[in-house]
Amino acid sequence: GRAQPRPRPAAAMQFMLLFSRQGKLRLQKWYVPLSDKEKKKITRELVQTVLARKPKMCSFLEWRDLKIVYKRYASLYFCCAIEDQDNELITLEIIHRYVELLDKYFGSVCELDIIFNFEKAYFILDEFLLGGEVQETSKKNVLKAIEQADLLQEEAETPRSVLEEIGLT
Amino acid sequence: MVVPSLKLQDLIEEIRGAKTQAQEREVIQKECAHIRASFRDGDPLHRHRQLAKLLYVHMLGYPAHFGQMECLKLITSPRFTDKRVGYLGAMLLLDERQDAHLLITNSIKNDLSQGIQAVQGLALCTLSTVGSAEMCRDLATEVEKLLLQPGPYVRKKAVLTAVHIIRKVPELSNIFLPPCAQLLHERHHGVLLGTITLITELCERSPAALKHFRKVVPQLVQILWTLVTTGYSTEHSISGVSDPFLQVQILRLLRILGRNHEESSETMNDLLAQVATNTDTSRNAGNAVLFETVLTIMDIRSVAGLRVLAVNILGRFLLNSDKNIRYVALTSLLRVVQSDHSAVQRHRPTVVECLREPDASLSRRALELSLALVNSSNVRAMTQELQSFLESCPPDLRADCASGILLAAERFAPTKRWHIDTILRVLTMAGTHVRDDAVANLTQLIGGAQELHAYSVRRLYSALAEDISQQPLVQVAAWCIGEYGDLLLEGSCEETEPLQVEEEEVLALLEKVLQSHMSLPATRGYALTALMKLSTRLRGDNKAAILEKMPLVERGGTQDEEAKESKEAQHSEAALVPTEPQASKLLDLLDLLDGTSGAAQPPPPLEPSSEGTSVHLLDLPCVSSAPASIPNLKVFEREGLQLNLSFVRPPGTPALLLIMVTAINTSEADVTHFVCQAAVPKSFQLQLQAPSGDTVPAQGGLPVTQLLRILNPKKAPLRLKLRLTYNHFGQSVQEIFEVNNLPVETWQ
Repeated sequence: GRAQPRPRPAAAMQFMLLFSRQGKLRLQKWYVPLSDKEKKKITRELVQTVLARKPKMCSFLEWRDLKIVYKRYASLYFCCAIEDQDNELITLEIIHRYVELLDKYFGSVCELDIIFNFEKAYFILDEFLLGGEVQETSKKNVLKAIEQADLLQEEAETPRSVLEEIGLT
Repeated sequence: MVVPSLKLQDLIEEIRGAKTQAQEREVIQKECAHIRASFRDGDPLHRHRQLAKLLYVHMLGYPAHFGQMECLKLITSPRFTDKRVGYLGAMLLLDERQDAHLLITNSIKNDLSQGIQAVQGLALCTLSTVGSAEMCRDLATEVEKLLLQPGPYVRKKAVLTAVHIIRKVPELSNIFLPPCAQLLHERHHGVLLGTITLITELCERSPAALKHFRKVVPQLVQILWTLVTTGYSTEHSISGVSDPFLQVQILRLLRILGRNHEESSETMNDLLAQVATNTDTSRNAGNAVLFETVLTIMDIRSVAGLRVLAVNILGRFLLNSDKNIRYVALTSLLRVVQSDHSAVQRHRPTVVECLREPDASLSRRALELSLALVNSSNVRAMTQELQSFLESCPPDLRADCASGILLAAERFAPTKRWHIDTILRVLTMAGTHVRDDAVANLTQLIGGAQELHAYSVRRLYSALAEDISQQPLVQVAAWCIGEYGDLLLEGSCEETEPLQVEEEEVLALLEKVLQSHMSLPATRGYALTALMKLSTRLRGDNKAAILEKMPLVERGGTQDEEAKESKEAQHSEAALVPTEPQASKLLDLLDLLDGTSGAAQPPPPLEPSSEGTSVHLLDLPCVSSAPASIPNLKVFEREGLQLNLSFVRPPGTPALLLIMVTAINTSEADVTHFVCQAAVPKSFQLQLQAPSGDTVPAQGGLPVTQLLRILNPKKAPLRLKLRLTYNHFGQSVQEIFEVNNLPVETWQ
């Protein structure tokens, strides 16, 4: 049998990037500590690498010492970096589940929704993954949590904004 | 009056409307000024909007560090909206390299202990995303408390935050180990999933924890069993597969626990068989679970039957229309091809099919796997497949493919002839990509297969006639022709097509190689040696024992004393040339030559050595000591450094004389910075080609050779002056001398 794998501080998923066909970043979730400069460099290089892939190629590639899993949905690329021992196929399911959640939330989601509501995209992701790991496998529960948070936000804002509107803060 | 700043969506609209980068920058700079001002003295109620805008701008790549403190302020605000955006900002703008992140520790602590569920969730999320080791230490106990909270919403997040804490501060494992037992009884999928992840992390970090958690193997087996057998809950299913995320995580933990542990492996055996055979494979979700199952089976102490089952699943994956599935199959098969060789062999045809994959990352893996599957019974078929792959494979796989084929051929060649054919084919197809020793290997191989000399020389001649660009092929062909040229010219060989080759054709081909700009110096050397050997072997004087076929020599052979003696015996008439102590340039040599009268001295007749003397000759490409119809000449010797000249008058070019200057060093010290210059009378044309090197290694190492081409259209008597400069035994030496005793055949 093989020796014990060496423990590593990184998460199973190291980061997730969403970017357009023109290479514009739409979301960046980093689960490992890196400087802004390093993040920019990785983003730039990886985006280039993925955009250079031909449509018929498989969804997996080896990049630096990471495994990259990516999938294109309409005009958006969803790109995850996972560790060597991680299951690529389940990562595809993770990506798909995220897209389904966005779709349910926005109603037939398109890139524009994510551009104009990027904070929501983050909030949804944060109800699905935590620290690079899956935290909730029920679509229903994730959407319920977002709904409740949105309600809380509304409640927090509504009374005041009404008052603001009529000129009484 | 404060100019109302844009709402987030309007800002985004405006940025997207910008036609140029410069315009975009302008919009953003203007807005950032607003945002800054607002942070300074704007309404705190709108702070979250300002930050949101800043975060958008940050994503576009613009600096946003001035928003860091605002994150802090928003986090401490009691309003949910503020916290939501504030924590998001913290996750995006703060990282553990900056001190600012520590400032949120207190806020997190407060929110964890006093906040409503949603707020606790935000805090946990932030901690697990950007929490540094310090923060983790400070907040570990808070997180621990939350593990026992009634609500699963917070519990599931707390469990995963614990995972992060352990990753950052492994010593804190002891806090989070005890609660796991209870958490494992969870029914909530999210909490259960987090717990499995936590236990996995604990086990991977500590052998003691690993040992401890082995006792939950039966419980894990039960959980997974229930998950896959009792009808699925639509809430957690994907394509009819019950919660594949949870299944995969459990399988992964089982792998870690079962590794190297018979008892645990046995406990999970039936379950793994069940999952392996009953998981729906029509969609990716099922295949993901199946894949993880295979990985687990292969990594634990599973029974042979289960291992074969796992390999067969991978084999089926190879036939899947989804290339992603084929990819993971190839990768996994590569991992187990050594340990489960015969099981993987069964899928060889499918693997070979994958060589045709258009995606290079798949064909590369297929190549590696194919090479690993070659054995003595399939070597012929496999080599054929690999050779046709070599013809069309992407350029970056060429070298690996060529080397792989040659290696496999070396290990498993069924016959020598097949081996020679294979190497020949590889050299023809991908000659430039093979390793350097391929040439030596092939000459060795051919040399040792006497029955195949005729066959080899014909095949190689035909190959060479077609293409003189592939250097390794040319080198081997030239060597072979030089050795076995007589076999090439005489009659037929039953194993090849009838080939009628004339002497002139062969010599012309070698001359073509010699003159081609594509030929490397080493290649030229091979060609020249071949020419010399042939001009002996093809023109009478076949009686000399010295013309016997080369005996097979060890690669890297040393100089044979016998060879040296016999050489000296032959050249006993050649005089040692006295040195002329002059520090003159080349031009001066010409002046000296012009001044002297030019009566050539007829060379003394040289008798070939008596028959019956077996002579061992070095198989050095550029050294020939055969007494040609033009005899060789030793022209110089000093302290172990010798200079020999050998001559060729290629047929068909009566004005051309080729002289190969060979410098050999039998002394104990290397000769370095060796330069040889030559001068001839004015009516001659002289061309010196680049020497093979400038160091003549000691103790008879590989000689330095240099080719001189002399055109003598007037057929004037040849005179030749040489100037040598070099370093030897720590001294710099210069020698200038005229070559005496030039054979008359060199110019008549």
